[in-house]
Amino acid sequence: MIEIQNVRKSFGDLEVLKGIDLTVQKGEVVTVIGGSGSGKSTLLTCINGLEPIDSGRITIDGTEVHAKSTNLNKLRRKVGIVFQQWNAFPHLTVLENVTLAPRKVLGMAKAEAEAIAEKQLRHVGLGDKLTTYPSRLSGGQQQRMAIARALAMSPDYMLFDEVTSALDPQLVGEVLETLKMLAEEGMTMICVTHEMGFARDVSNRVAFFHQGIMAEIGAPDQLFNDPQHPETQKFLANVR
Amino acid sequence: MFDYTFQWKQAFNRLPQMLDGAVVTMEIAILSMVLGILLAILLTVFRLSGSRPLMAFATTWVEIARNTPALFQIYMAHFGVASFGIHFSPFVSILIGITFNNAGYLTENFRGALKAIPDTQGRAGRSLGLTQLQSFRYIILPQMLRISFLPMTNQMVWAILMTSLGVTVGMNSDLYGVTQDLNALTFRTFELFALAAVIFYLITKTITLGGRLIAARLFRY
Repeated sequence: MIEIQNVRKSFGDLEVLKGIDLTVQKGEVVTVIGGSGSGKSTLLTCINGLEPIDSGRITIDGTEVHAKSTNLNKLRRKVGIVFQQWNAFPHLTVLENVTLAPRKVLGMAKAEAEAIAEKQLRHVGLGDKLTTYPSRLSGGQQQRMAIARALAMSPDYMLFDEVTSALDPQLVGEVLETLKMLAEEGMTMICVTHEMGFARDVSNRVAFFHQGIMAEIGAPDQLFNDPQHPETQKFLANVR
Repeated sequence: MFDYTFQWKQAFNRLPQMLDGAVVTMEIAILSMVLGILLAILLTVFRLSGSRPLMAFATTWVEIARNTPALFQIYMAHFGVASFGIHFSPFVSILIGITFNNAGYLTENFRGALKAIPDTQGRAGRSLGLTQLQSFRYIILPQMLRISFLPMTNQMVWAILMTSLGVTVGMNSDLYGVTQDLNALTFRTFELFALAAVIFYLITKTITLGGRLIAARLFRY
């Protein structure tokens, strides 16, 4: 379970998170929508401790992320994150990209790591690209590789930060299909996205962020068909 | 006015000795590059460490190496430290001097290479649970070394040429030192040094061309 309690975060004078409360249960898929600058991506990087927070608390299965005593490297094994920019490691083959963390972080033997990586890569449809370098892959393939790379650590939670935003439109579908598949398999996920169709189809709950606050959260049907907050109404009217 | 008679045969007779010297020259250059690269990696880590004393140490090294004559650096490694009672053989002194110079220049090359690697690479590594050091070792460093590979071959050429400064600290077993001794023995100055120049040229050219061939393989991705 991920518990976010009254989290505040500023960059200089700009307060990007103004007291966020959100609890994500195991097996739940929560999508976060909202305009740019609403703080949704920052929230994800705070959840896995890449960004410090100013006040409040984030706990993952009872471990407080930003406590001094927390071993973040250890905690991050539980929480996979995939970014808008997929950040393939260009000097490593697809297979090596995926085996790096299992080998170096979990201390897995090469053969074992490769077996897991192959399984994950086949899972996301890249079983025939193992020895290819990322530069030979399309954006969508690189993004799916990044997803496999995160999954190879067998995380309990996955965070997706606008993973389709940097892709050519015709490549968005294949990545969303991969996310859908993960959701159906019961992965606990928080997805920041601009894909409203995806949010509607896949999520258990949809949260709408506006200027650093979570203006509204609810089941997709409710939020999309009967938004309560005026900003949600405005946002949805514009994206439709 | 021009009554010098070339005696190339005399010079060519000495070719085996000069080639032995060339081997020593290459030894010094290769060793100084290997050590220089390792030190430059260390200095780069110092620069990234965020610790003021370590950063200052690295910066001082780079500044001295790049802004003083290589001859000064080699002199200091021999006669300079001798003032404090530390005595190195000419071979060790020239090795220290050139290594110092290599490390300084390479650190600066590495800095440029690091700029070409997006910050998000390290971040992606951290988010997979790698420690900062692991992320540097497995993600940043290999890319940095590849990007700065061609500048490294330039530095290798420099290292070969800098060995000629060894004569100033009494080095006489390298190519330049051997040539100088043979000159004192035979007075075939032009022939001997011309031959040495050709050998220097062939060595450095081989390094440059070999470097390009290797680079083509390294940049496969």
